[in-house]
Amino acid sequence: MEIFLQQIINGLVQGSVYALVALGYTMVYGILGLINFAHGEVVMVGAMLALSALTAMLGWGVPPLLALPLSLILAILGCMALGYSIERVAYRPLRHAPRLAPLITAIGVSIVLQNLAMMIWGRQYHAFPQLIDNQSHLIGGAIINDIQIIIFVMALAIMASLMVVVHRTRLGRAMRAVAENQHAAQLMGVDINRVISVTFMLGSALAAVAGLMVSANYGLAHYYMGFLLGLKAFTAAVLGGIGNLRGAMLGGLLLGLIESLGAGYIGDMTGGFLGSNYQDVFAFFVLIAVLVFRPSGLLGERIAERA
Amino acid sequence: MSDRLLEIRDLQVAYGGIHAVKGIDLHIAPGELVALIGSNGAGKTTTLKTLAGLLHPAGGQIHYDGNSLNDIAAHRRVTLGIALVPEGRGIFARLTIADNLLMGAYSRNDQHEIATDLERMYALFPRLAERRNQLAGTLSGGEQQMVAMARALMSRPRLLMLDEPSMGLAPLMVQKIFETIRDIAALGMSILLVEQNARLALQAANRGYVMESGTITLSGASDELLGSDAVQRAYLGG
Repeated sequence: MEIFLQQIINGLVQGSVYALVALGYTMVYGILGLINFAHGEVVMVGAMLALSALTAMLGWGVPPLLALPLSLILAILGCMALGYSIERVAYRPLRHAPRLAPLITAIGVSIVLQNLAMMIWGRQYHAFPQLIDNQSHLIGGAIINDIQIIIFVMALAIMASLMVVVHRTRLGRAMRAVAENQHAAQLMGVDINRVISVTFMLGSALAAVAGLMVSANYGLAHYYMGFLLGLKAFTAAVLGGIGNLRGAMLGGLLLGLIESLGAGYIGDMTGGFLGSNYQDVFAFFVLIAVLVFRPSGLLGERIAERA
Repeated sequence: MSDRLLEIRDLQVAYGGIHAVKGIDLHIAPGELVALIGSNGAGKTTTLKTLAGLLHPAGGQIHYDGNSLNDIAAHRRVTLGIALVPEGRGIFARLTIADNLLMGAYSRNDQHEIATDLERMYALFPRLAERRNQLAGTLSGGEQQMVAMARALMSRPRLLMLDEPSMGLAPLMVQKIFETIRDIAALGMSILLVEQNARLALQAANRGYVMESGTITLSGASDELLGSDAVQRAYLGG
């Protein structure tokens, strides 16, 4: 029972990070019908930027509790600029090209960013500095630490704010309108390019936060960390129904739970043959299952426009 | 030029390898209701899309309120007072009716006036008032046409363009839509109405143009066109 509860906690924390990243995939897909495979790399850049800023600031003697939010803001601004540039340079010229072209470009952007990151930050793992006295708490026999609590609460708060922006503001209304019908949105006076840029910047801001969360949680950052994380978050978006914001959040949390429970019990299930290092298998098993049995995802249903 | 809100000279539009509009002249005076009729594929929708800025002219001039429109992006034309209710309505099916109407006011900043206009639209279309929080995709075709028209009116246009507002609607609904068009025209708004239902369109309009394979073949006062043999034979089944 303690193991079960522990896996639920771990799963929810990891899942909330997946959800933040999945939102970036799903927002861009919703508006452009494009899978932005470079999105995982934006998460990595966010983590690296935050870590570099943090290390530098601590070196200058900035107090940790000030350095942390400052480096988060820096990472967010850096990633927003990156997201804007990716769209402007790589995707906008291909707006009217066949769908395969921007998809291949996305993979290209991803490779370019990985290699740039390797040149800037090297191949080694970077340790995340110990900033706060990360205390552990015992609930029902399971352990949750301060960083996990902060990650989960912050992720939920960010997701709630995003929902408010998308559903209650003029900008959010324009985003939903552009996602549904670009021509009609233009006829309403919406500058499509501006809305698309803002969408990329919003998704990238979430990615920056997720990047910092992952590296704080595992205590590590690495130029290659965006690849697997990106694929899993993409899986989460597909699981929830790509293009659907609530789906991305649900898919992220579910995927985190499935992965965590799978890793916890895979030893028992296979009689000790496979260990928890096989946990990555579950995400892709989920992806295949969704694509076979419910390609539109859990919440991916559309209302048809009537004649 | 104060008697011309819109003036098109020698407009040519080509897209997808088709020369859809081959040099047309057309004008609309303030407060005028002008019908543009013609058979399928004559270039009527292309003309409207070009006026709205969704397509770019291959040649010719579009003047609106004395200024050239040629280089102005679609989303900026709304601010100038040009609104198009597109063919097939183009409503946002996954947005509520209220959100659809608010999208119509996207280019405006006067929050208070927007709220007043919203209530005005609900008064004009009581059916929409009852369903304001329903997703627009759940409405019937006629109700969706109402949403599309109300949404366009929310931008407070000076020139309202309607592309086939009667398409696919039941006769009773067509009557209702045309009543509304006449009401709007009576308020002094300029309207450019594209219709396949030539009789209805000409009965509502002050003047009309007949378009055939990319050119304007006839134009004049509505009564003249309704009485003309050529129009009778081709479009009124006379």
